[in-house]
Amino acid sequence: MARRDAAPLSAAEFLRFCWTQLTSMRTALVLLFAFALAALPGSLIPQRPVNPVRVTDFIRDNPTLGRFYDAVGLFDVYASWWFAGIYLLLLVSLVGCIVPRIGTYVRALRTPPPRTPRRLSRLPESVAGASALAPGEALDAAESWLTKRRFRVRRQDDSVSAERGYLREFGNLLFHVSLVFVLAGIAWSSLFGYKGSVIVVEGQAFSNNLSQYDDFSAGGAFNPSQLVPFTIWVDRFDAKFELGRAQRGAARQFTAHVRTAEGAGAPVPSTIEVNHPLTFGGTSVHLIGHGYAPVVTVTDASGQTAFSGPVVFLPQDGNFTSQGAIKAPDARPQRLGFECFFLPTAVVDERGPHSVFPDAFAPQLFCNAWSGAPRQETGRPESVYSLDKAGLTQLSQNGRVVNFRLEPGQVVDLPGGAKLEFRDWKRWTKLQVSSTPGLPLTFGAIVVAVTGLCLSLFVRPRRLFVRVGERTEVGGLDRADARVGLADDVAALAAAVGLPDARPAHEPAHEPAGDPQHEPEKEDA
Amino acid sequence: MTADVMGYYSFLAMVTSAVIYLVAFAAFSAEWASARNLDAGGHEPDAARESADRLRVDKYGRIGLALTCVGLLSHVAGVVLRGVAGRRAPWGNMYEFVTVSLAFAAAAMLVLAMRRGQRWLGLPTTLLLTIGQGLAVTVFYVDVAPLVPALHSVWFVVHIVAACASGAMFNLGAIASVLYLIRTRAEARGGVRGYLARVPDSRALDRFAYRVHAFAFPLWTFTIAAGSIWAEYAWGRYWGWDPKETCSLVTWVVYAAYLHARATAGWQGRPAAWLAVVGVVSFWFNFVGINLLVSGLHSYAGI
Ligand code: HEM
Repeated sequence: MARRDAAPLSAAEFLRFCWTQLTSMRTALVLLFAFALAALPGSLIPQRPVNPVRVTDFIRDNPTLGRFYDAVGLFDVYASWWFAGIYLLLLVSLVGCIVPRIGTYVRALRTPPPRTPRRLSRLPESVAGASALAPGEALDAAESWLTKRRFRVRRQDDSVSAERGYLREFGNLLFHVSLVFVLAGIAWSSLFGYKGSVIVVEGQAFSNNLSQYDDFSAGGAFNPSQLVPFTIWVDRFDAKFELGRAQRGAARQFTAHVRTAEGAGAPVPSTIEVNHPLTFGGTSVHLIGHGYAPVVTVTDASGQTAFSGPVVFLPQDGNFTSQGAIKAPDARPQRLGFECFFLPTAVVDERGPHSVFPDAFAPQLFCNAWSGAPRQETGRPESVYSLDKAGLTQLSQNGRVVNFRLEPGQVVDLPGGAKLEFRDWKRWTKLQVSSTPGLPLTFGAIVVAVTGLCLSLFVRPRRLFVRVGERTEVGGLDRADARVGLADDVAALAAAVGLPDARPAHEPAHEPAGDPQHEPEKEDA
Repeated sequence: MTADVMGYYSFLAMVTSAVIYLVAFAAFSAEWASARNLDAGGHEPDAARESADRLRVDKYGRIGLALTCVGLLSHVAGVVLRGVAGRRAPWGNMYEFVTVSLAFAAAAMLVLAMRRGQRWLGLPTTLLLTIGQGLAVTVFYVDVAPLVPALHSVWFVVHIVAACASGAMFNLGAIASVLYLIRTRAEARGGVRGYLARVPDSRALDRFAYRVHAFAFPLWTFTIAAGSIWAEYAWGRYWGWDPKETCSLVTWVVYAAYLHARATAGWQGRPAAWLAVVGVVSFWFNFVGINLLVSGLHSYAGI
């Protein structure tokens, strides 16, 4: 941008000035750096969309700092206005810079190589001498040598100029344009895509409609009619864990044995594993979690079954110490509730009851019990994993609160006549259903971008010139950094035009072989 | 041989390679130390003595290269045995990642030194190898074990090999860029002596650094893309701003800035070289720091 004198800028000039600034290479560089800096805090500070619990913990432990972070959006960096500002500016700058460069490139493709410069000896590589060939023959020889090596050639009166490596700029443009398409694919996915998850216990089924999801999020342009109709029956979930010494307890294999049906079709057996999702058209179903569901029966004081079935418990640690609530709102005369821990491999020591292995080798259920007057169904949603204790009192006997431990098959008799039976346990699996419609575009554009990048970094644009006269001169230059073999090309071209042992017009840095250590820079060898 | 025994031999081979790299480093140091007299100049040149000195210098350099070759053999044996012991690709945790990446660095250095006459790389690279392998066997070591299910994927093989290779090249590039920074300062002060006199001049260093980075950058782009495809398979989302993902992107953007800087007036030379250094720091932070400091989906298999 040429600096102007202090004459006031008109609005149009000012906009033009801004545009030039925004699309300059320097701005791109600053924006790239700003982008890197702005993205960094997101990997160091807990992020709400990734891990809300750690954000809450952080705010509790550092109230002042936490409030500040929250105010400036540091707990959700990638949705903050300043992050969006940077990448939008970068996008505008990118488009603003490539569009004119495409024009320039197309024009360059249509124009022949530049004229031969007056003084070839000024070029980075050049040789000169008396040619054995007649001038016309020499130029013909040069032309055919250059054409064979896919140079574009321009014949002039007494000289030939040639250029090669147009694909470099092409690759560069392709790369930058592809970046725009990568972003377009991402935008498409986030507008039309959706993602939901659901916990399914062994023996239960999931059908793909909105009411069945535990949680669901979708882009602004999503329409529920996009949901592909299918049903998945989870028959069995296998989990294997490391039993050996090294990494004992680490996950080894998870497989959900399922039957699936598309629309009203017949069920087909199938499996879902980590890294092997199921797909229905553009919708994929991933296995993203698992846990235990104790199967219990609550019998109330009147002898009626108040609740029976599996209850999903949430794992709290790597050994699947799992927490949950058993609720029997229909128990009479008092409704009942239990707060429980399920320990797949239970151990009770000075730390209290906890699990020492993720697999169910010695499962036990630890509970305490609550009761209260029956409550009108409010329809207000409440967590299925914890007990809302409003209106409940903890059961106790002889002044001591009741808590008990059960193994599968055991029953406990509660004060007041109710019973809780721990019949069995099952595994549940968390399925994630997602549709990311822009994915083929994004990944396709990435493939093109990498191709373009390789062209842009590895193609060597080069110009070679031959001039005939009393002395025939051959010279060349590279239009990009770090190219090798220019001297070889110039020497070979010189040989082709009848200068087999032409001397370089100036001395290149070359070291006799066999003495490499004195000249460590054996560049371009 | 049982897996445990094989794992033990693998460990032994890794330790051996660290020791051999250290000896190679000593040989390269001897090369530079004896070359000091040679380059110091000042006195009237004594042709006979000088050529004898030169031969000695060269001999130390060759010894250094030969030792690095032996070290690499032991190193590769360590990696292979580890793979055989685990019956899987031997790059499933930080220890394995570091050792594989360093093997790539050693191989790249040998090729560049022997084929491209870049023997000056020997000294800094063997230093890097000694420290890296030393840290790997002492601090990062974990026993061989199978992989967690998230790693059962061809994309795992592709993604991590690409990451190791680009990491190795980023390191060599950073070595060149750091030397460039030091050497330009010395050139400005007019005092290019000792080791610095034996590395290429600053223009050639800059060009070398660019070439190495230009090789590594598309590979790194591919690494991130492959990781993202794998994440789509494993977790059902191709990008989730997980700390490791974020840091890879930051590294990528820093290197893109480096490539731009080299083409932008006012940013060529030292600012660009600094960007390369920032790039390698963010690379290492990603592969060591994030594993140790931050927990995310990528934290698996006991560091
Ligand atoms: C905003 C405007 C941008 C401008 C003006 C711009 C301009 C350029 C130019 C002129 C080159 C050629 C440099 C050379 O040949 O060495 C280049 C290369 C490159 N650009 Fe951009 N760019 C922009 C945005 C971006 C963005 C957003 C990225 C993505 C991160 C990017 C990544 C690259 C890469 C990796 C190269 C290396 C190719 C090479 O060195 O040849 N550029 N850019």
